[in-house]
Amino acid sequence: MSGYSVTEPSKRQKWIAGVLVITYALVTLMPLLWVIATGFKSPADSIAYPPKVVFHPSLEGYVNLFTTQTRITPDMKATLTPPQTWYERIVRNKGMMIAGPSRYGQRFLNSIIIGFGSTFFSVFLGTLAAYAFSRFRVPIKDDLLFFILSTRMMPPVAVAIPIFLMYRQLGLSDTHLGMILLYTAVNLSLSVWLLKGFIDEIPQEYEEAALIDGYTRFQAFYKVVLPQAATGIASTAIFCLIFAWNEYAFAVLLTSGTAQTAPPFIPTIIGVGGQDWPAVAAGATIFLLPVMIFTIMLRKHLLRGITFGAVRK
Amino acid sequence: MANNAIDRIARSTPSGFAKRVRGLSDRTIAWIFVGPSILLLLAINIFPLIWTIRLSFTNFRVNRMNAPIKFIGLRNYERILSDPDIWQTMQATAHFLLWTIFFQVLIGFTLAYLINKKFKGNDLWTTIIVLPMMLSPAVVGNFWTFLYQPQIGLFNYVVGFFSGADPSSFSMIGSVHLAPWAIVIVDTWMWTPFVMLICLAGLRSIPDSIYEAAEIDRASKWRQFWTLTVPMVLPFLMLAVLFRGIENFKMFDLVVQLTGGGPGSITTLTSIDLKREAFEKWRTGYASAYAVILFVTVFGLASIYVKALNKVKER
Repeated sequence: MSGYSVTEPSKRQKWIAGVLVITYALVTLMPLLWVIATGFKSPADSIAYPPKVVFHPSLEGYVNLFTTQTRITPDMKATLTPPQTWYERIVRNKGMMIAGPSRYGQRFLNSIIIGFGSTFFSVFLGTLAAYAFSRFRVPIKDDLLFFILSTRMMPPVAVAIPIFLMYRQLGLSDTHLGMILLYTAVNLSLSVWLLKGFIDEIPQEYEEAALIDGYTRFQAFYKVVLPQAATGIASTAIFCLIFAWNEYAFAVLLTSGTAQTAPPFIPTIIGVGGQDWPAVAAGATIFLLPVMIFTIMLRKHLLRGITFGAVRK
Repeated sequence: MANNAIDRIARSTPSGFAKRVRGLSDRTIAWIFVGPSILLLLAINIFPLIWTIRLSFTNFRVNRMNAPIKFIGLRNYERILSDPDIWQTMQATAHFLLWTIFFQVLIGFTLAYLINKKFKGNDLWTTIIVLPMMLSPAVVGNFWTFLYQPQIGLFNYVVGFFSGADPSSFSMIGSVHLAPWAIVIVDTWMWTPFVMLICLAGLRSIPDSIYEAAEIDRASKWRQFWTLTVPMVLPFLMLAVLFRGIENFKMFDLVVQLTGGGPGSITTLTSIDLKREAFEKWRTGYASAYAVILFVTVFGLASIYVKALNKVKER
């Protein structure tokens, strides 16, 4: 359609709207950019007043994040070999030496193991359940679906009390398996609801054709429906992963060492003599970046994911 | 990513198994597919819930495992409902809920309305605005303590720059008057995009033809906004409020990291208070009763709200 349209905003309106939205976006982005920048500041620059916008980039925050350090005493200095690597040089320049790796790497690895493990199981179980809910007449279907959703309404701290007791009995406290099971259960509601929406959109005729061709239900499911639902499954997986990645309440209440993930750990990073803000910022940056990238990948399905499929657009 | 997930699922279903189930009816397959999920939810959600309800009638304490468990009836409930401190945390939660929802709806709807003007590049800017919402609330809370530092914090500096106040003269998380607003600001920063996205979906669902008809009837733009746009977006907006309401009623991670419930107990929301009772004072029975009261409140409020939402949808 060409020519005059009553619903198309005028040029001037578009221009004003654009300026306002972009202003908001820049303001909202500022805290994030500030944190990323702080990760590359020296500790002195990070607490400078007025806040420094232009600074000498330094990797000290990242080095501090991944290492533990001890102060060099004068008599020790003589026995030390000169620093071999760039990071040793950074540490040595402030009169310290590297004593070993910090626990951040381990916590980050835990986040990956628990995040991917629980995502795999919740998407696997969720796909099966969603297919059944979408295609078959399951007795008390609506009640079951609501029951699955309602598990998300409970405050995590309240759920954590009996889980804590149960895990202690079963020996699952502070284990990867325990956290994977828990996150799987929590994510299952999201996964079932989202995937049901995606599978509902696949025309039944495809499977019916396959069944007529002699496929069993099972074969029709994994040879016809699964490939069709691939995009849906992938975006559901990313949502589950982001949730497990970001989760804090269960992690802080049920883990303390072996299976602790990064979110409860990052706030505990403190340097020698006062909070080491560049190290904290570096930890946050490394942790948040994957999620930012995923968000950009997901933007088409974002709405569906955050509303449990209630709004599909 | 997409193919990997599918491949893994496909590979983990051996074809031999598929052959064996050839004869199974759809009904049986339905149960095989739903069963594991229901079992897991029963084990991790329902069984613990029942356990919580049972514990709520006892004086059980985890740190005194050997002490005999005594059933004390409704005593825990009586104590909680008559405790003025708990009413204070409820009040703090209500303050947090109302103001975050107010600001998020106001800013979120405005942004959606502006983005719906379809200026060039609106998709890119929408994605940028959405970023804070996807981040870990605990980590966000933690780095906002840095932005809120008097003297060195970016937030204080910017406020000082525009208002002329001395940035070190106020502490957002140290002051009894400012701390409740400190948590409202961060939550609004983080979750406004959520309301925005849902409103945007609502705005985009309105067919152009309705406005064209209104234009023919010579309805003013102002009138069109109030009699067409707002009622059409309202169900979406109410859904957004429902989600934010439930989420913020459960709020724990962000606020714990930001203020830790302080100063004093001014930002101690119910979840934070519950955590103290259960995992610091180890009053397990008492905390269980507290948890049950919170469940009932959330379910009650949510179901009343959903009824209202359905009425609006029917109109």
